[in-house]
Amino acid sequence: MRFLLVEDNAELAASVAARLKLDGHAVDSAATLDEAEACLGVAGYDLILLDMMLPDGDGRDFLARHRKASRETPVIVMTARSAVTDRIDALDTGADDYVTKPFDFAELEARCRAVLRRRGGGAQTLRTYGDLTFDPLAATLAVGEERRELRSREVRLFELFLNAPERILSKEHLCDRLFSFSEPVSDNAIEVYVGRLRKKLAGSRARIETVRGLGYRLTGG
Amino acid sequence: MLLQLLLLAACLSVGLYAAVRLGADRASEATFDAVLGAAAGSLAEEVRVAEGGITVDLPPATFSMLSAMGEERIFYRVDVDGAPVTGYADLPLPEQLPTALAPSFYDANYRDTDVRIAAILRSIRIDGRAAPLLVLLAETRQGQGAIAARLGNRAAVLGLAIFLAAIPFSLYFARSFLSPIDRLAEAVGRRGARDLRPLRHPAPSELQPFVTALNSFIARLRGTLSQTETFLAEAAHHIRTPLTVMRNEAELALRQSGEEETRARLRGLIRAADESARSASQLLDHATVLYRAEQADWAEMDLAKLVRDLVERFRPAAEMRDISVRLEVRGTLPTRADPVLVEAALRNIIDNAVKYSAPDGLVEVMAEAVAGEARVTVMDRGRGLAGVVDQGLKRRFRRGANVSDVPGSGLGLTIVEEAAQAMGGSFAIGPREGGGTCAVFSLPLL
Repeated sequence: MRFLLVEDNAELAASVAARLKLDGHAVDSAATLDEAEACLGVAGYDLILLDMMLPDGDGRDFLARHRKASRETPVIVMTARSAVTDRIDALDTGADDYVTKPFDFAELEARCRAVLRRRGGGAQTLRTYGDLTFDPLAATLAVGEERRELRSREVRLFELFLNAPERILSKEHLCDRLFSFSEPVSDNAIEVYVGRLRKKLAGSRARIETVRGLGYRLTGG
Repeated sequence: MLLQLLLLAACLSVGLYAAVRLGADRASEATFDAVLGAAAGSLAEEVRVAEGGITVDLPPATFSMLSAMGEERIFYRVDVDGAPVTGYADLPLPEQLPTALAPSFYDANYRDTDVRIAAILRSIRIDGRAAPLLVLLAETRQGQGAIAARLGNRAAVLGLAIFLAAIPFSLYFARSFLSPIDRLAEAVGRRGARDLRPLRHPAPSELQPFVTALNSFIARLRGTLSQTETFLAEAAHHIRTPLTVMRNEAELALRQSGEEETRARLRGLIRAADESARSASQLLDHATVLYRAEQADWAEMDLAKLVRDLVERFRPAAEMRDISVRLEVRGTLPTRADPVLVEAALRNIIDNAVKYSAPDGLVEVMAEAVAGEARVTVMDRGRGLAGVVDQGLKRRFRRGANVSDVPGSGLGLTIVEEAAQAMGGSFAIGPREGGGTCAVFSLPLL
């Protein structure tokens, strides 16, 4: 996906952009509302991540202009104040959703997906692997003509494999991506989800292999 | 107040009695004196120089005049040249001789009786020369005492009547004077614990300084509280921005590091960042709820819509853990409340339900109208309350005994409880049949 990140704190912008790029997204950074308008003038974005307090104005003003110009790009507000009033304000002025800093990137992605799903975007996000068609927005996996529903963690797990086919992914790596850091996770939790995903892959040439002592690998594409 | 008024009325009554009594005494004394003086005058007229001495014809008119005043006894004494010539020679003389013009009056005790004496100085021609003639006329004063007492009694009755009449008046005035104060006190007392709006109660102008002072105090208190809220919001902002950088960098490092020991440390770092961010949120939410509760900034709103929106916002976070949220809400639930407080309360309830549910769990949210209330019920199949009494959990920084592995501030249920109370609603949390927790948040329906 292509993100426009509007954030004036350079350090914060750099780390958010680096983190998004690591997941294979394209990110343009704007430090002011003017810069953001300039970016929107020349490129199309799937999503705008907007800080509320910017040096040349309030994020709410940007949102109001954005909606008035009936631009379709969804906006997710990043708020640091987290006051209840701020959140309600953000949504009232036309933001699609908000995250409170510091945010979990997995949650940000989940929210992006939810926003895009609500906006009815979708077809362009289809990905194929061998005889599989994967729709992360609709959370479905099609083997030939048969569509299978995936739960959220299955979608994210399959995405991890799909981003690195034929590569061995360690259990720890998968755990870190799949579970929130503050949630108690048992040692075999990842095996449970790999097991579920394997069931959803049944009948396809693609399969998830266990590489003893190292982790798992998606193969058969 | 009433006591003071009655005391005042009593003082006035006694004062009135004393004044009437004194006035009556004076008036009756003056009247009697005038009669006595006139009688003494007429007696002096009847003193004749005759062969062999001085004679006095006691004029009947004079005595009938005196006896008209009552059953009194009369004594007289006539002195010529300073020596008694007739009458009661032992009748006491005045300390100072009267002048030739006006009689003098004085009290004396004569033959064990209090008498009033009029003394008149004239001159009489004896043997071709003028000799001083002193006439004393004494009269007992039972009649005057009786009249004064009669008048005094009337005054006492009048005073008592005024006092008795003053009681209901005092009551009435005390009431009508005190009732605006009572109403003000009632208006202040009726307020919720956190209602800090200025008093708009109608008050008589005498009470206006009091109301103004009270309102300026309320305004100062409110200013202090709002400063606290701003401070908390700023503090949260300043904590969160670096915390976000820290968390992001740690996550990046975690993704790039292959060494398990380092990765474990980075996970710990991220957990700590999440926990402090969460505490900051809850503290700020709590401060906001307290502040908003005082504002009592209510508007008509649809609870059903708010619940629908809120659940939509929650779904992605719940789905992260494969927890489904089932929403059951039909129609509208009009209520009068502060949407910010309702949002804070419901978000905390749903957040708890999601947080303590096992993966793949189901959280059910229902919004319905029940018995005049808009009721939101949130049920989960999570770990439940494990026998913890719900009252304890609603207290600040109190957490259940079975949640030490899940980060939390212990403020969530306090926020819900305080929000519910501020809006005249209620909040209850208890075990759900078959395991899990059931939380019910209600607001009065419009």
